[in-house]
Amino acid sequence: MSSLRSITLATLTKDIRLEWRSRDAINSMLFFSLLVVVIFSFSFDPNAEESREIAGGLIWVAFLFAAVVALNQTWARELRNQVLDAYRVSPAPANALFVAKALGNFILVTLLEAVMAPLFMIFYNLRALGPAWQLIPVAILGTWALVVNGTFFAAMSLRTRSREIMLPLLLFPISIPAVQSMVEATRIILAGDGSARFWIVLLLTYDVVFTTACLALFETILQAE
Amino acid sequence: MSAPEIPAAASIVTVSNLIKQFGRFVALRGVNAEFAGGKLYVILGDNGAGKTTFLRALAGLAQPTRGEVSILGKNPPEACRDVGYMAHPSLLYDEMSGLENLRYFARLYGIAGDSRCAQVIRLVRLDPELTRPVGQYSQGMRQRMSLARAILHDPGILFLDEPFSNVDVRSAGEMVELLTSMRDAGKTIFVVTHQASLLESVADEFVWMQAGQIVDRTAGRTQGSSRAGTE
Amino acid sequence: MKRAFPILAVLTALLLTYSTYQALVVAPTERTMGDVQRIFYYHVPSAWTAFLLFVVNLVASVIYLTRKSAKADAVALVSAEVGVVFCTVVLVTGPIWARPVWGIWWTWDLRLTLTLVLWLIYVSYLVLRRFSDSSQTPKLAAVLAIFGALDVPLVYFSIWFFRTQHPQPVIGGGGSLDPRMLHVLLINWLAFSCLAFVVCCWRYRLELLHREVEEMESLEALRGVTQ
Repeated sequence: MSSLRSITLATLTKDIRLEWRSRDAINSMLFFSLLVVVIFSFSFDPNAEESREIAGGLIWVAFLFAAVVALNQTWARELRNQVLDAYRVSPAPANALFVAKALGNFILVTLLEAVMAPLFMIFYNLRALGPAWQLIPVAILGTWALVVNGTFFAAMSLRTRSREIMLPLLLFPISIPAVQSMVEATRIILAGDGSARFWIVLLLTYDVVFTTACLALFETILQAE
Repeated sequence: MSAPEIPAAASIVTVSNLIKQFGRFVALRGVNAEFAGGKLYVILGDNGAGKTTFLRALAGLAQPTRGEVSILGKNPPEACRDVGYMAHPSLLYDEMSGLENLRYFARLYGIAGDSRCAQVIRLVRLDPELTRPVGQYSQGMRQRMSLARAILHDPGILFLDEPFSNVDVRSAGEMVELLTSMRDAGKTIFVVTHQASLLESVADEFVWMQAGQIVDRTAGRTQGSSRAGTE
Repeated sequence: MKRAFPILAVLTALLLTYSTYQALVVAPTERTMGDVQRIFYYHVPSAWTAFLLFVVNLVASVIYLTRKSAKADAVALVSAEVGVVFCTVVLVTGPIWARPVWGIWWTWDLRLTLTLVLWLIYVSYLVLRRFSDSSQTPKLAAVLAIFGALDVPLVYFSIWFFRTQHPQPVIGGGGSLDPRMLHVLLINWLAFSCLAFVVCCWRYRLELLHREVEEMESLEALRGVTQ
């Protein structure tokens, strides 16, 4: 459906333009990500052998916290001046909005990860003993897993009190299998300890299941008032 | 793109037993009404009477707890191409200019190109070339741009919630002029306002709401009878 | 239903008494663990009951979304609340059992971990219900329940696979069960299920009454305004 694609693209470019114009938000998120890496490095002494075991966990927990900060931000823009009403009143399909927001969040969180990952590698002297290329599908699938549900629950939280705490509260329990998969896969690849295939497949399954669920149910929660 | 041909006497907005509840609070208590096309309706009432909720239900933003709303014989969401909505918040992105805002909303309605956006901005007496972000506009300019957004897709029906709130006299006057000309061209307009005096001379009907119901409907001056709207 | 309820409550009380007697006195003492093992008759049936209640919650949530039935929403709320209670029992009895027997407070075995995650998901469900404005709560909660249910098999597989890679003691042990113990286990499960049912019915009635009162209050308030 070309109109679905064009609306999604229009919304995505609009969001990127708005994000670019209020650069403070991105800058503070980037700085926050840096802080998280530094604090983790102080708390978990990076000695070569042990660090490869726990690095998988550390990196993804750090990404998770940075992602939550980003996710809370992107819907907040639609609440100012009740702009979301303008979208809801238009014939534009709800799913186009969801996909655009999720893609925007994906780009933003990937940007944060691109800053944090090299820092982790430097501070922890990380080197992959297993097939390093496999880290790419893990990163992509894992980030999408966090972002797709994160975007959905952030939209849900718009209708609740204590919006900022509701998002992690809803997101973390449901993300447990995804986080476990990401962490295990990363640990296995870094330590060269066997095959990460099961975890990558589980991550893929998680992504497919929840992307479908989000697309099916987004309209329901958007129209809830 | 022209508005659909609507016979003026036919009822194009029908509400039957509309009830809207927000948990403990019942905002609309069984509203029944029919509204004919081609008229300007002014909805009045105290705060908490349910006016905003009523308008949102008509626009499809609030789903009825019970009862039905019918716009041109369809559900409000299905009638979205024929409906324009405007509220006291601007429904615009503060960081973008007026034209950029409208360009985006035009895409949502499948309108390509800038010409329609520029045309509509000129209709509300603003300059399409203005690059200043909307967040820096005065309230009058912002409400006019919001109105431009609402009429972008040339809807046959308009729902306006407090469009003149905090707006300077000149801007308000220009908006009223525009609304009047649109009504004369056959559009149906619903305005919720506390400033009925602005619309006294042009309203076709005054709709009085109280405690979640419509309690009275009086003809406006244009119909020849003389009950004046009050604050 | 109203007439049957007190009878059902009494029968449940009797059944619980009988099953407790069975668990604490009649069941044979376990060879290696001794009497502490009897907590098994509370730990496992609570887990099964909790899972059953969460299935009820899922079904009620789907019915709510497809039929908009307010009663289905009440059932969803009630089953989640009681389910969380039974989950808590599992999470508390687990460590109580593990400590004297295996010397550890906690183990990330399949049942305990799955129960913990379920507990987290349904507590977040209850928090959502409390924190959202009552008009859209049922819809949002039902959607969350579906997400939670979709998550469960994924959680199961991820823990299962992790455990095969990193084996750890399983609370309750593996292996076959003495048929007398199985018998007591099943009786306790029946008793717990009846208890869950009775409590749910009671809470359900309370919830319906609560909603009725709310509706009447709001109509009152509205009438007061028009006076």
